[in-house]
Amino acid sequence: DGSDDNEEGSAVENEETVKGTGRKRATPRTRRGHARGRDRHGDEEDEDDEDESRRAGHRRHRNRRRGRAAGNEASDSDMEPAKARKNQANQKSKEDDEEEEDEKGGKSGKDKNEKKVDKKADKKGKKEKANKKKKDKKKSGSGSDSESEEEPITEEELAKLKEEVEEKKKLIATLRNKPWKMKKKLSVLKEAQLFVEKFEGALGKGKGKKFYAYKVMMTKKWMKFQRDFENFKTACIPWEMKIKEIESHFGSSVASYFIFLRWMYGINMILFGLTFGLVMVPEALMGKPYGSLPRKTVPRAEEATAMNFATLWDFSGFAQYSVLFYGYYNNQRTIGWLKFRMPLSYFLVGVGSIGYSFMIVTRTMAKNANDDGGGDDTSFNFSWKMFTSWDYLIGNPETADNKFASITTSFKEAIVEEQESRKEENIHLTRFLRVLANFLALCTLAGSGYLIFFVVRRSQQFALEGLENYGWWERNEVNTVMSLLGMFCPTLFDVISSLENYHPRIALRWQLGRIFALFLGNLYTFIIALMDEINLKARYLLSFTMFDIYLGNVRTSKEKIVKYNMTIWEASLYNGTIPENSTAPPIQVDPADVPRGPCWETMVGQEFVRLTVSDMMTTYITILIGDFLRAVFVRFFNYCWCWDLEYGFPSYSEFDISGNVLGLIFNQGMIWMGSFYAPCLPAINVFRLHTSMYLQCWAVMCCNVPQERVFKASRSNNFYMAMLLFILFLSTLPAVYTIVSIPPSFDCGPFSGKTRMYEVISETLEHDFPSWFGKVFGYASNPGLILPFILLMVLSLYYLNATSKSYKEANLELKKKLQ
Amino acid sequence: GAMGGSASLIPRDLLSEYQELTFLSKQEILLAYKRFSELLPKEERESACFARVPKSNILTLPELRANPFQHRICHVFSTSEHGDDSMSFEDFLDMLSVFSDSATSDIKSYYAFRIFDFDDDGTLDRKDLEQLVNCLTGQGEESRLSSAEMEQLIHNILEESDIDKDGTINLSEFQHVVSRSPDFASSFKIVL
Repeated sequence: DGSDDNEEGSAVENEETVKGTGRKRATPRTRRGHARGRDRHGDEEDEDDEDESRRAGHRRHRNRRRGRAAGNEASDSDMEPAKARKNQANQKSKEDDEEEEDEKGGKSGKDKNEKKVDKKADKKGKKEKANKKKKDKKKSGSGSDSESEEEPITEEELAKLKEEVEEKKKLIATLRNKPWKMKKKLSVLKEAQLFVEKFEGALGKGKGKKFYAYKVMMTKKWMKFQRDFENFKTACIPWEMKIKEIESHFGSSVASYFIFLRWMYGINMILFGLTFGLVMVPEALMGKPYGSLPRKTVPRAEEATAMNFATLWDFSGFAQYSVLFYGYYNNQRTIGWLKFRMPLSYFLVGVGSIGYSFMIVTRTMAKNANDDGGGDDTSFNFSWKMFTSWDYLIGNPETADNKFASITTSFKEAIVEEQESRKEENIHLTRFLRVLANFLALCTLAGSGYLIFFVVRRSQQFALEGLENYGWWERNEVNTVMSLLGMFCPTLFDVISSLENYHPRIALRWQLGRIFALFLGNLYTFIIALMDEINLKARYLLSFTMFDIYLGNVRTSKEKIVKYNMTIWEASLYNGTIPENSTAPPIQVDPADVPRGPCWETMVGQEFVRLTVSDMMTTYITILIGDFLRAVFVRFFNYCWCWDLEYGFPSYSEFDISGNVLGLIFNQGMIWMGSFYAPCLPAINVFRLHTSMYLQCWAVMCCNVPQERVFKASRSNNFYMAMLLFILFLSTLPAVYTIVSIPPSFDCGPFSGKTRMYEVISETLEHDFPSWFGKVFGYASNPGLILPFILLMVLSLYYLNATSKSYKEANLELKKKLQ
Repeated sequence: GAMGGSASLIPRDLLSEYQELTFLSKQEILLAYKRFSELLPKEERESACFARVPKSNILTLPELRANPFQHRICHVFSTSEHGDDSMSFEDFLDMLSVFSDSATSDIKSYYAFRIFDFDDDGTLDRKDLEQLVNCLTGQGEESRLSSAEMEQLIHNILEESDIDKDGTINLSEFQHVVSRSPDFASSFKIVL
């Protein structure tokens, strides 16, 4: 009959758990929550009680089937006579309840539980009685009958009751952590829920009843909301199926790249939202339209070619004089009927993007650091290989075979390595080779830096002589060279590293470090050359006027010249006289004809946009040629080729995780650097990441094979994050420097006319906030206040570092004690 | 996906209880229900909540197909009284919950221990470890380790992990070792 089945079922279940937890009472048991009153027994109560009770009478079996909460068993097993009688009475009444349900129920405990749920309302009366008596048993020692609903509850009992309700709630919350079977968990949950429900109502009696009930209801609603929100958030995550497919084919290390890509996509979406919603859209909707101001109009000279595809692809012409770039924005303090503060918004969005990026990268790093556990690398080498090397996400037999092979190899290698670790042969040769390898790597880096500098200089020459005289290569030389360097140098580093003979994980670190240095060097060389170019252009113009050519004064001098030229030009409109107190109405001039001042911010923005676009193109073409065409070639020409293309050279390509991740990181660095000058950059990047995801997913599934050496570089997760943080810091340095130290162009952008960009803040404080606010701000930004604050932060950093060190030491001590 | 229909086959109360008791989200539970009922013959699909799926069907799931521990996984999570390692829907949910992304490392290591304990005696002794290594190195003869290598390997493992030097690894030693691994939680994962 049904009850017998269930007996067996729970018996088997409990035996399993007994075996599983081993002879030593291990941690899962100790974590079972118990009411505080029962500290007479150790934490093994649960299992012991259940075992005992199974061997005890039939009556108790019926109750065990429901797996009543811990308290029940405990009090059953250590029954004092008075309680025993009460318990028996309770059990009888419970049996009556259950017998009823038995008859109506089906075979499995599941049914009974369901029906229990359905009939909860009906049975509530009976259950209340049963639960009340159960509560009696839980209270150790205080077996009074004063808990009936009508009698007043004393403060002490109220507190105890609250405690127990909290315990039950904690039990419910941690139930999923218990290694029990679902049946048992379900019954414990139901019981605990009934208890909580019943006694939360009872607790409400007395002072503050209504408030308590309200609080309870709000907590419930909040938890339900949280759970629904979690579900919603999980449903919103894009590309989950794609990544899962890749995981099952290639293992988790390749999939980690795509997860990283998706995370970057999220960040860029937010940056895009900020720049689009708070900068581009307001200017487009509420700012002065195209053609109304000189800065917003294509100059007459360029008008003819402004709409050509070539010009637009190069981001000049109409693209340049639009909301996409810094130069378009007007410096009006407020625009439109909403009085939207455009310059303030531009400034705050720029600073806010940087701040948000820092925050989220640091937060992710901290989360990863927590997960890592901070143990040392080599103490459990073999055990980890044994217990954690299989990747359970693999669902593809071919990948599984590769994984088997790599595990075998890694076992054999580790055994051999451990045996050989005592032998130290030929240190000197190894050292020499390593020094040689580093020297070669340095040469490569220096060479690539020089190449970029040279190419940028050449492009300046071309610009001076007019770009129309040159073909496509000369126009795009800089970008192409940078992308090509980024493609070939890492391979070169790979070849060099074969000299070094390091353990693969260490070799990977060196490789990543060198690639990092390469990209960084390239980027900064590029910027320096760019700055140089800007100054050079200005210098060239000035050379005709014989003004002072100090680097610092170059731009301001240039601007003075242009301003002078403009006043002269205006004067020419008034037929040669320069009116000092002119009362004549200004002559209407078409904005396209007005001479323009230099706008270096837009220029810089354009350069970054061009770089991003060309990088995107290079990546896609590399994938198509390097992976796809190669795979097609290997597949179809294998029949008519002398050697086996699939196993020899070139064979199918493997997915290069580190190269791709670094590429992603550096592109993000460029976005961060340039988005202050070109608000369109996050938008372009979002588009780029979106298409990248689809293209690379397709390429990986179609053209790549699972890696032969499947070793986990999971520690590299935080390494990539650290690099990202470093890049973020370096990328924001130029923008911050320009905001603080360089005067904005006088003729374009939202900060034109100010001496420094950050003055928009003080202007806002003056106009839009009450005067006392400005005073407070003035006091707060006093160096006398800021320096002590910085000192305080440094001290707290030192303190936290010291405590973390002491925790680590304590950890090590404990480890040693365990051994 | 076409999960709308299956939502009506799990009662809402039960669904919320499953959410409470496992690390799975609502969509994951519904997807699990869908995949589980696909393993049943057509007639039994309506009552998938109460049916048991024989082991051979479970092993056809792509997530388990290539796994060298497939038999152990079915055995550990099965609550079948007949010892045939058949799984009910709740067993299936239990399994997915332990292997899900949000499960704690403690519960994962507990079940990993159960899975590796081939003879179900509560400890990992030499025989268990040998069987474990053979599972990991695949089925082919060339890929197996020689007996000398096996000896050396097991010796090294016991030296590292067996703290009380009794020649076997028990649950707490296992959890101590595995919780320090950065790879464990991310590799001990199955997602439908």
